[in-house]
Amino acid sequence: MTAFPGFSGGDDPITGHLRDLWGPLVDQLKVNKLGTLYGLIRSAKGEGAPDVVLSAHMDTIGLMVSGIWDDFLRISRVGGVDSRVLPGQEVIIWGREKIPGIIALPPAYLLPEGASSETVELQHMVIDTGLAKSQLQEQVEIGDRVTFAGEPLALGEKLISGPGLDNRASLAALTLALEELHQLDLACNLWAAATTAEEYNQSGAQVSGFDLQPDLLVVLDVTFARGPGTADHEAYPLGEGITLGWGPSIHQDLYQHFAELAEREGIPWVMEPLPGRSGTDADTFQLTANGIPTMVISIPLRYMHTPVELVDLRDVEWAGRLLSKFTANFRAEDLPFLAEGGMSL
Amino acid sequence: MIGIGASQIDLLARLSNAAGVSGDESAVREIVLAELGSSPVKCRVDALGNLLVTQERDPEKGAPRVLVAAHLDEVGFMLTHHQGDGLFRFARVGGVDKKSILGKRVIVGREKIPGIIGCQPVHLAVGEEKTKTIPLEKLRIDVGAEATARVKVGDRAVFGTEFKQQGDILLGKAFDDRMGAATLVGLVKNPPPGIELLAAFTVQEEIGLRGAGVAARNLDPDLAVALDCTPARDFPSFDEQTENTRYNTRLGRGPAIYVADGGTISDPRLVGQLIAAAEAENLPYQIRQPGGGRTDAAAIHQQLGGIPSVSLSVPARYLHTPVSLALLSDWEAAVNLIHSGLANLQLEDIKTDR
Amino acid sequence: METYLRSILQELVRIPAPPGGEQELRNFVQGELEGMGDPMAVDPLGNLILPLGKVEEDLPAILLSAHLDEVGIIATHIDDRGFIRFTNLGSLNPGYLLGSRVRFLTGTEGVISAEGSRKSKRVPDMSKLYIDVGVSSREDCPVRVGDQAVFQGPYRDAGKRVISRALDDRIGVGILMDLVRKMSKNRADLPHRLIFVFSVQEEVRRRGIGPAAYQLKPDLGLAVDVTSTGDTPGGKKMEVGLGGGPAVKIRDQGMLADPRVVSWMIEGAQALQIPYQREILEGGTTEAANMQVSRSGVPAGCLSIPCRYVHSPSEMVDWNDVEGALKLLENLLARPVPLLNS
Repeated sequence: MTAFPGFSGGDDPITGHLRDLWGPLVDQLKVNKLGTLYGLIRSAKGEGAPDVVLSAHMDTIGLMVSGIWDDFLRISRVGGVDSRVLPGQEVIIWGREKIPGIIALPPAYLLPEGASSETVELQHMVIDTGLAKSQLQEQVEIGDRVTFAGEPLALGEKLISGPGLDNRASLAALTLALEELHQLDLACNLWAAATTAEEYNQSGAQVSGFDLQPDLLVVLDVTFARGPGTADHEAYPLGEGITLGWGPSIHQDLYQHFAELAEREGIPWVMEPLPGRSGTDADTFQLTANGIPTMVISIPLRYMHTPVELVDLRDVEWAGRLLSKFTANFRAEDLPFLAEGGMSL
Repeated sequence: MIGIGASQIDLLARLSNAAGVSGDESAVREIVLAELGSSPVKCRVDALGNLLVTQERDPEKGAPRVLVAAHLDEVGFMLTHHQGDGLFRFARVGGVDKKSILGKRVIVGREKIPGIIGCQPVHLAVGEEKTKTIPLEKLRIDVGAEATARVKVGDRAVFGTEFKQQGDILLGKAFDDRMGAATLVGLVKNPPPGIELLAAFTVQEEIGLRGAGVAARNLDPDLAVALDCTPARDFPSFDEQTENTRYNTRLGRGPAIYVADGGTISDPRLVGQLIAAAEAENLPYQIRQPGGGRTDAAAIHQQLGGIPSVSLSVPARYLHTPVSLALLSDWEAAVNLIHSGLANLQLEDIKTDR
Repeated sequence: METYLRSILQELVRIPAPPGGEQELRNFVQGELEGMGDPMAVDPLGNLILPLGKVEEDLPAILLSAHLDEVGIIATHIDDRGFIRFTNLGSLNPGYLLGSRVRFLTGTEGVISAEGSRKSKRVPDMSKLYIDVGVSSREDCPVRVGDQAVFQGPYRDAGKRVISRALDDRIGVGILMDLVRKMSKNRADLPHRLIFVFSVQEEVRRRGIGPAAYQLKPDLGLAVDVTSTGDTPGGKKMEVGLGGGPAVKIRDQGMLADPRVVSWMIEGAQALQIPYQREILEGGTTEAANMQVSRSGVPAGCLSIPCRYVHSPSEMVDWNDVEGALKLLENLLARPVPLLNS
């Protein structure tokens, strides 16, 4: 999945790839007006079964060409790219053809006053393709997307590294769940959703919540894994399980349900306190339509928003298993708030 | 005039003392629900926890559907990490005044475990540190080692402040917005004539007005009023020479009507309605200084096809700290102003060209 | 060359319309457009809505918006010597405010100055600024807390370019008015419905358009607004300049424009041989961002008029860009839109 860019707008390479992967696993595929992909497995119970959404965003952070400047390209960010990792980074420009390039930072004496040899600001950086201005003008346009070059890298049996694992790790887990579920009789209509623009403005979640108006919704995303520069109280170990979000964006009963389910199934997990926003699509989803009971499940990931994001495959599998167990065992009776339209009085 | 008696004061006291950090408002909601138990109203709680209250009797034909909102939640803390021995790292939920946290008592979790926010003895501070706020990441909530079985990461904490009244002076925590919630309870029990009152006791206001928009879509009103509590920063200037030009509101000058804040430009027709009511009833009022800050009206007025909105606040000093100070007389004027401002409001009054 | 757009623009910029105080301007626009489209409506927040085209058929609807309001200020305190303190409605740079003239909706005019020494080179904070309306006490001051004011400044048509207050977004309003005038003649032949929204409160984080879009349920949304430029001395690095043609927005701070809407406009401009620019704006956004997330999502984009000195008393646009935008929209909107028919 990391080989397919996720831009925005519905005609992304990742959408096509997910269509191929999900097509055989669901009853229906659909793309909404802003490009979110839905895969539906219909309930065996027919009409009136609750609608459950399992959602993960398919866009990745990236860059965009913002101008042609002499023999170089100026760039602008789409989402929270860490500018410190950019100098020396190999990229691909999705112009008329795919063009390889290198991100370069001119020496400080050529930069505006105030910049030092320590400064790594995106506004000072350019992409060097080796092409001359006239060639660039023919092949590249303002607005063309730029992605990190490079294949995913396995570090031993369990660890995998590469760009875009935020949030392709979650999409992989979601796909694993669909593989488990597609032959089963479900007591809910299961909507797998791959949303757009989470890293930009969560517009995908905004309109998908309105689109589907589900009875409950689970967002799958990544969270900080322990590693260089993270303290133990703000990050979670790799390979030791997933996190279950807890806080204002999360429906308390749903949290409880997932915590008990994970215990029963022997899936390792810890609570992730989210005192304010969760920083995921859930923040937006929850407030759409008439309010949606929402849950957040996260996979620990190291080096977030860099080209060398790192996850442990065991965590991905656990996330997939929790989603499939939740859906396979789903009974509306176990979640009384569904009948009361919100929260129990 | 609607007077404020012992039972209303008692309600405010219970609401003020209750813990309801944004995202965990159930204790406050329970008090409101119990209070409305005997009234002829329909109550429902939506997926976020907003308490939506409508009148049981059918509205008069053509009566405008008026949403009045007050938020249940308050600013506070969430425990985020246990380092052992009952010492917890914590995060602020909403804009708790950072300078007022040190050395205060807190109540933790639904079991109401007492705790304290401790810090380094000033003797050990060096140089500038002696007069500087200690950063949040260096503070801990201390519940004592014995309580660790009953306190866990994810629990919320509020300041452990008890409500007090001394004549006209009211002291307590979370007046923002238990003042509004208490006012709204009174309004639901004694609804203004000629309108269909839709009451929303909203959640998560302090972390970005997250409940109110959902509540407004659920209730689909013609217009809306947010009842809130707003800071009075009516100190003299330190040099005593210049005028304090940024006080927001002033204590003792009556409820504050909003013209514009950081989230809403009030509907001018509703502003006019409230001013006219105040003048007709001889109630004190003040215009809140236009500027920053937001109320639930900011979320409400942009829902659906647009909902003309205004905000009305009781002024209080020291909001978002352990203890606020408000005046009973300002509150009483607010209770009367919202009632008379909405009584017999005609839809035509707001249908005319804005 | 005197055109409808040039003459109407002069009148549009004379009328003050701070956010929330758009009534006079809206009445003027409504009066001008009376009888040209379907009956107009004013929605609960004050947006003026003018539909055009056949209503009887189930045609796709295109929402076009230009905002009526401009940045303004609002009085917060009158001190005992009659000086007025104020805060901004919309994003304002104190550097542009200092020394400017402002006019309250009540007609009172004043000048903005700052506390402290005039010799200071630092731009003062907004809280240090005050308005002097020429009175000497609080009692004599005709301004009340909550009163709104806008920049004062003359209109100057320099032939190729125009300098005026409030071109953001009277230029968009003027373009849409001219479009209404032009397109109303053949409205029976339109392959879609057009819904023109002259919106309110854009300058205060776009509060007007969302509810209008919700109510109107368009199939495509297009904002016509100004964008800043990168063509002034020592200016920011931005590829849009005055006179290069209207700018087709690729993205800004709040929106990734729908790629289908982008190509619709660019292919149109190419076919008509209208110069155009591709726009990436790092700061700021337009009403298209709100249209995009309305209900189940709306393909949305923005056609921008490059504008220098945005939110100052003297903004500047180039007539070539304006006329290019008008011609492009007129042609695009007269024909079926590919993405609405696929």
